[in-house]
Formats: sequence, structure tokens, C-alpha cells
Amino acid sequence: MIDVTILVNGVPRRVPADLSLAAALWRLGIHRFRTDRDGAPRAPVCGMGTCFECRVEVDGRTGVRSCLLPVREGLRVELPA
Amino acid sequence: MSAPVLARRLDLVVVGAGPAGLAAADAAAGVGRQVLVLDQAPRPGGQIWRHRPGDVLPVEARTLLDRVRPPRVAVACGASVVDAPGPGQLIVDFGGRLAAVETGAVVLATGATERLLPFPGWTLPGVVGVGGMQALLKAGLPVAGSRIVIAGSGPLPWPVAAALHHEGAVVEEILEQADALAVARFALSLIGRPATLARALRYRAATLGIPYRTGGWVVRAEGTDRVTHAVLRVGGRERRIACDWLATAAGLVPRTELAQLLGCTVHEERIVVDQRQATTVRGVWAAGECTGVAGDRAARVEGTIAGLAAMGVERIPGALFRRRDRERRFGELLAQRFAPRRELRERVTAETILCRCEDVRAGAIDPAWSARQAKLWTRVGMGACQGAVCGLACRTLYGWDTAVPRPPLGQPPLGSWARALGEATPPSATPPSPAPPIP
Repeated sequence: MIDVTILVNGVPRRVPADLSLAAALWRLGIHRFRTDRDGAPRAPVCGMGTCFECRVEVDGRTGVRSCLLPVREGLRVELPA
Repeated sequence: MSAPVLARRLDLVVVGAGPAGLAAADAAAGVGRQVLVLDQAPRPGGQIWRHRPGDVLPVEARTLLDRVRPPRVAVACGASVVDAPGPGQLIVDFGGRLAAVETGAVVLATGATERLLPFPGWTLPGVVGVGGMQALLKAGLPVAGSRIVIAGSGPLPWPVAAALHHEGAVVEEILEQADALAVARFALSLIGRPATLARALRYRAATLGIPYRTGGWVVRAEGTDRVTHAVLRVGGRERRIACDWLATAAGLVPRTELAQLLGCTVHEERIVVDQRQATTVRGVWAAGECTGVAGDRAARVEGTIAGLAAMGVERIPGALFRRRDRERRFGELLAQRFAPRRELRERVTAETILCRCEDVRAGAIDPAWSARQAKLWTRVGMGACQGAVCGLACRTLYGWDTAVPRPPLGQPPLGSWARALGEATPPSATPPSPAPPIP
């Protein structure tokens, strides 16, 4: 399978093409897609764009549902520390 | 993704590219009309036919997907409707670029989502829906060696368990919240539906060895950074089981946000439609799971009827209506046998988060409030998902009406939403006329 490089908080990571960004991030061991007000991690739930728990910042746009977005070369995603 | 090249004026916009939407688009294209199909996912097919390049799909899916593609039908994936400012007008977010789309008719085929009900620990990473687990798997999530507990309801857990097992996951068990008697009665009714029965047996054969228990549900999930254990209640006893994923939901529920935004009447969670799949709003039809969960066969025949009716075809073959009614009865049976049990509503504690977007805990809510009061005082349902998840939870827990969502749906950049609204023809101008009837 062909890989693409995405930038996770500026760090280049190789992931297989054809994955959704949500699946790619989980595959990289990332389980904190966003942080709630109590500092707890949140991650994908519905996988189909309804619940918005997987929303992340992509290429400067906030609130992007990572479960609906296929990875592509050079995609920049910002995640909470 | 950029906006597709569109005909100057569309006859039909279909929202949702699952079985219902594809069938509607196919029917309308079959009578020579200009059709655009929109779907949020990267590829058409809906949840049931979600696929990645190279995946093998059932023949009925391949046939429809082959027919519903350019140049016969315009298809825009990664596209969501964010607003509907006037009759026949939609503001569509084409992967970050918003544009106004004008059409003579709309078919809503928005499908279903999962009935996600809150319980302690349900916000932990690794706690997902049953369909959510399947969607993530199909999106490329590696699961080999992962321990997975499935606690769901109805037919969906079976194909999900089979797919996970096939990919090398360890499915620890499948819990069905309905009682053994309800499941047995459902199984008996499959005798009259040989194709469904064959499907069920195929899935059962693929999951032999996985314990299946009826009358069981999740009490809570435990973990700190992600789920590590699920506490289950089966046959009056609690059990704690280690897992990497907990896939749980209480069945499916029609997805009606866009219908509500358009002003369509929604009753008992379903978009209300007449014999010809017309909603209560002129120019808007609906088909498939968004009008009541009844499976992909119902969705396809309803889509065909809706596509023809929306294009003004007067004479729709009676056989289509008869098949639709038969599939609908199956949907009623599903709803009856797999109705969510009372105990699922009794799991929340004061600490349980109810509204995941706004971090509102159950203890902050007075069940005596109205939905409006709760919104004003706690922001429940006012987050990114606009109550798609907690609205359902509050309806189930407190009997509140689901609030009508406000535009824009999703989270489009507000500036581009305003610009797209400006591009839309003002409502005072001539609305798009419906296509002339076809005898």
C-alpha cells in the first residue's frame, strides 16, 4: 500500500493512503483528538460524522471531522498536547 | 475536494449516497433528469456499502454505484448541506468551499445514526458505537489482536462482529440488550424472509465461538486515558471484563437534522412521509432509514419511489409500493423486538457527562425543566453536534422534544457561509419551478 506523509503538530508521520484521518491518527497511537473542559481526552465515537468527537484542526481550519476526511500528502493536523 | 461542475439548474439534489439515495438518483436519471448526489463520506455507498478502493461489494451495491456516477449523475463526496435558505436552495460545504445550489426537488436519504445512550465512562477513548466500530474499521483502523466487547441491539452487531473477527480482532462477546424471548420471536419471523435469514445464518457461521448473550448491557466503562475495562450486566450479575474497545449502542435511530432544518415534520423520531415518500414540505421527499429503520431493501425501493415521485412521474408501478410496505412491516418488527430496555435509561449518575460537546453532566440538569430551559441554563445540546447525540439522550431520559437545529449545520467557516448565503437567489425572486409531470 502507498504511504503518504501527514504533519501531526508539525512532525512528519507516514501513514497508509486511503485511511480516514481518524483511523490514521489512532493507528499512530493517538487517542486524544481533543480535550474536554476537565482535561479528559476525547476520541472518535460514531465514525460517520454525527457526533463531532473526532473534530480536529486541519490545515488551519478548526472543527474538521477527522472520520470524514481521507488522509492526503502534506495534510497538517494540530492536536492538543 | 472542489465543487463539481454542475448543470445550470438541477432537477434533483439527493442528500445521502447510501442505498436509498443511490436508488432515488438512479430513478430520476432514468427519466432523463439532471441529478446531483451529495454525501459527507469520501466515497458513495452509505454506511452499509462503505468501502475503500479494492473492497468487494455485493452485486446490488456494484450495480447502483455503476449507474450513479458521472456523466449520468453528478456525485459530490465530502460534501455536507449546511443551510437551506429558501425553497429549492441549499448551501453546500464542498470540503471547505461553500456554494449555493439551486434545485427543483430534494430527496433526503440521510440514513440512520446510532442510539448512543450515556453511561458512566462513555466518553473514554475506545468507547464507540457498534456501527462506529465498523465505520472506523472500514476507514482503515487496525484491529488485529485487539480485545473488543460488542454490546448492541438488533441485527447490526452480527456483521460488525464478523468483520472484526475476520480482521483478527478478539471479539470477547456480543451482548444483546433485548431479552431472549424477543430475540427468539424475531428469529422465528425470519422464516418468512429467506434472504434475510440466509444473511443472518452466514454472519452467525462467521462468528461461531463468540459468546452471544441476550438481556445484557454495559453498566459502565473504566479507564483513564482510554477504556481498559467494561462492566457488564448479564442475567442479573455484574462482570468486569478487560478490553481495548467497547462498541456499544442501543440500535439505530433515523437521522433527521436536515429534515428538521427544512421544516419537515418528524414524528416518533422519523421523517413523516406519504405513500409517495413526500415529506410535509413541498418539494422535499425522503427515503430510507431517515423515515424509519427498516434495512437496505426498504431503503432501495423507497429511494426508487421517491426519485420517481420527485420527478413528477405519475404512474409508479404498484409492485414497488407493495414491496415497500412489506419491507416497512419488517422495520416495525425490528423496532418492536429490539426496543431499548428501561435499564439503559437508568445508568447515568450525577457525574455522567450527558452533552459531550458542552461537557454538561447529568447532575446539572433538572428533569422537570423543559428542553429550552435546560439549553438556556446549561448549554446542553448547543455544541458542535447540535444535539445529535445528547438530544436523543435527553429525549430518552427526560422525554424532551428534540430541538430543531439551527443553521449552519456542521462547523463551516462562518465567513464562507455568509458569502454563500449572499450568492443564493433572494427568496423574493422566482423559486425554481418543479419539473413538469411525466404521465
